[in-house]
Amino acid sequence: MTDTSATSHRAAKRFNTGRIAVYAIVAAIGLALMFAPFLFPDVRSQQVAARICIFIALVASYDLLIGYTGIVSFAHTMFFGLGAYGTAIALKQMGPGWDAVFLGGSAGVAAAIILAIAIGLLSLRVKAIFFAMVTLAAASVMMVLASQLSDFTGGEDGLVYSAPKLFSPATKLMTGDDGKVLAVFDVRMNGKIAAYYFVFLSSLALFFAMLRIVASPLGTVLEAIRENELRAEAIGYRVVAYRTAIFVIAAVIAALAGILWATWLKYTGPDTTLSFAIMIDILLMVVIGGMGTMHGAVIGVTVMSLAQFYLKDLMEAGAIATADIPVLPHLLEPDRWLLWLGVLFILLVYFFPAGIAGTLMKKAGE
Amino acid sequence: MRDLVNRFGGVNALPVILMIIALPLVGSFPTWVTLTVAGLAMGMMIFLMASGLSLVFGLMDVLNFGHSAFISFGAFIAATVLAALAAWVSADSFVLNLAAIFSAIAAAALFGLLAGWFFEQVIIKPVYRDHLRQILITMGALIVAEQLILMIWGGNPVAVPRPQILSGSLIIGDVSIEIYRIFAFLLGLAVYIALYVTLKRTRIGLLIRAGVENREMVEALGFKVDRLFVAVFMTGSALAAMGGAMWAGYQGLISPALGGEIMILVFIVVIIGGLGSIEGSLLGALLVGLLGNYVAFIFPKLSLASNMVLMMAILLWRPWGLRPAVKP
Repeated sequence: MTDTSATSHRAAKRFNTGRIAVYAIVAAIGLALMFAPFLFPDVRSQQVAARICIFIALVASYDLLIGYTGIVSFAHTMFFGLGAYGTAIALKQMGPGWDAVFLGGSAGVAAAIILAIAIGLLSLRVKAIFFAMVTLAAASVMMVLASQLSDFTGGEDGLVYSAPKLFSPATKLMTGDDGKVLAVFDVRMNGKIAAYYFVFLSSLALFFAMLRIVASPLGTVLEAIRENELRAEAIGYRVVAYRTAIFVIAAVIAALAGILWATWLKYTGPDTTLSFAIMIDILLMVVIGGMGTMHGAVIGVTVMSLAQFYLKDLMEAGAIATADIPVLPHLLEPDRWLLWLGVLFILLVYFFPAGIAGTLMKKAGE
Repeated sequence: MRDLVNRFGGVNALPVILMIIALPLVGSFPTWVTLTVAGLAMGMMIFLMASGLSLVFGLMDVLNFGHSAFISFGAFIAATVLAALAAWVSADSFVLNLAAIFSAIAAAALFGLLAGWFFEQVIIKPVYRDHLRQILITMGALIVAEQLILMIWGGNPVAVPRPQILSGSLIIGDVSIEIYRIFAFLLGLAVYIALYVTLKRTRIGLLIRAGVENREMVEALGFKVDRLFVAVFMTGSALAAMGGAMWAGYQGLISPALGGEIMILVFIVVIIGGLGSIEGSLLGALLVGLLGNYVAFIFPKLSLASNMVLMMAILLWRPWGLRPAVKP
């Protein structure tokens, strides 16, 4: 797979239709997200749009590890959770305010940095494959700790708190002549809009920062490490140092995404941040979109999120429609959707390891 | 100093040292005995699950994240068999009781063999020598397997009946020891001895050990390591399923999340012990089992975290594990 993504990358440098198609899709998604509150004003769509924004940052940061550097970590939700829990605990203890978001968020990011350095230096020096196991163990310990230290974290129930005042639905961003909340294109300019654009712009900034990182010399060294570790070491790059560095960078971005998630949801619990299900989501999104391209993350997150929110409805309809046939309704039950995703995942890794973005770019490049 | 340490068994003495340290911390002798037996029994069950994973990795450089699926399936199959043989389980006869538990374990192991063969052929074979895709694909297979378990047995915890003869405790003085734990320990020990003899005394074992050390060389000498690997993979899966079956009887109540929870311990054991060696797996499993039980008694909330700390400490000390099959 490493060589297919390399070809796709080289192909991407040339002018071709596949590349244009990928850019067009990404641009369309970006525009849709930018105007989401106006295009899809209902509450559920807002929720989906915000989740897509945050997960694009999260998944792209994971792609820095798996796609660009070729290291598999299962601890990404741990860092995501550290950012979210830091913010959530501060908001809960100090009350809603920017100081709480800042303080709690910084604490979460600091914890993520320390843990990432510890894990990185400890296990990246041994066989790369240890790393997957060590991170998996670390993540599950963090999950157990979060549910056991219930005085701080609220245990399994999680924490419910209020976001800073600017984001509350009662806040009036713009008022009309009559003193009521102004509506632009039938959308009320209240705190909800502010919250959405806070999430959108922050995610966008994180995404551009990552695009910058992969285009920088650091990104090139990382790809060199992925392609041939020994050779990179022989040329004079300290592989352990570079791997640890990118692991820390990815951890910080994940923690920042966690802060956004915590402020948007106004709830933080194991199921929304730390759980293994989220880790699997991230993996699926990266693989579906395409490893080793930042655009792949955008596509993968969008496809998966839409599927998650809307495919279940479809499956339920299918289950009801096939209720008379013996086995089918069981297989189509909405709870079983992970089964199908698992099968899809395996098939993707076999046949399209480059994902949607990679396959598109490669096909047109040939 | 080094000679002195080696004379007392070197790293092999670690579980004993751990036991001695734990005695004053636990405080009371009967409690210590109970905890130690529980730790040894747990260690042996984890050893069953870890040994296969370790050998598979050592021989073929294949890391199977789907290993825990075999553990879960083994546990649920054993529960189903025991429930079906309810008459034997509750019978007042020594023979029928043992027949029930052994047929449950055998059913799990048989499933492990067959499913292992299928898994190797369909899931693993296309991605030999590609770690990234191996991890991803076995992860995908794990998701599918867990969903299948949910589909077949449902999401609610399943009760596992325990045969008459294996329930209850032995009481010696003021020390009480659960009989099932002794059974688990003895069965694990028997499997360890069988594995040890196979690996060290037979021709197949010689080939496996040689393959772990240097696969290319064994292939160059004309042996089909791929075919050997299928056999090792099937055995490893069967052992995992057996471990799962034992674990089901130990817990008495099992839920589909069981495989994933134990898998963390199995990974820690494999890392501590050193990939590719069953001695290492045994050592790691005993350490993890003992430490987990002692810490669960002294600081109940830190049980899993303690094993993580143990792993970190050992990785700092010996990055390749305590007894790796091949010394770098």
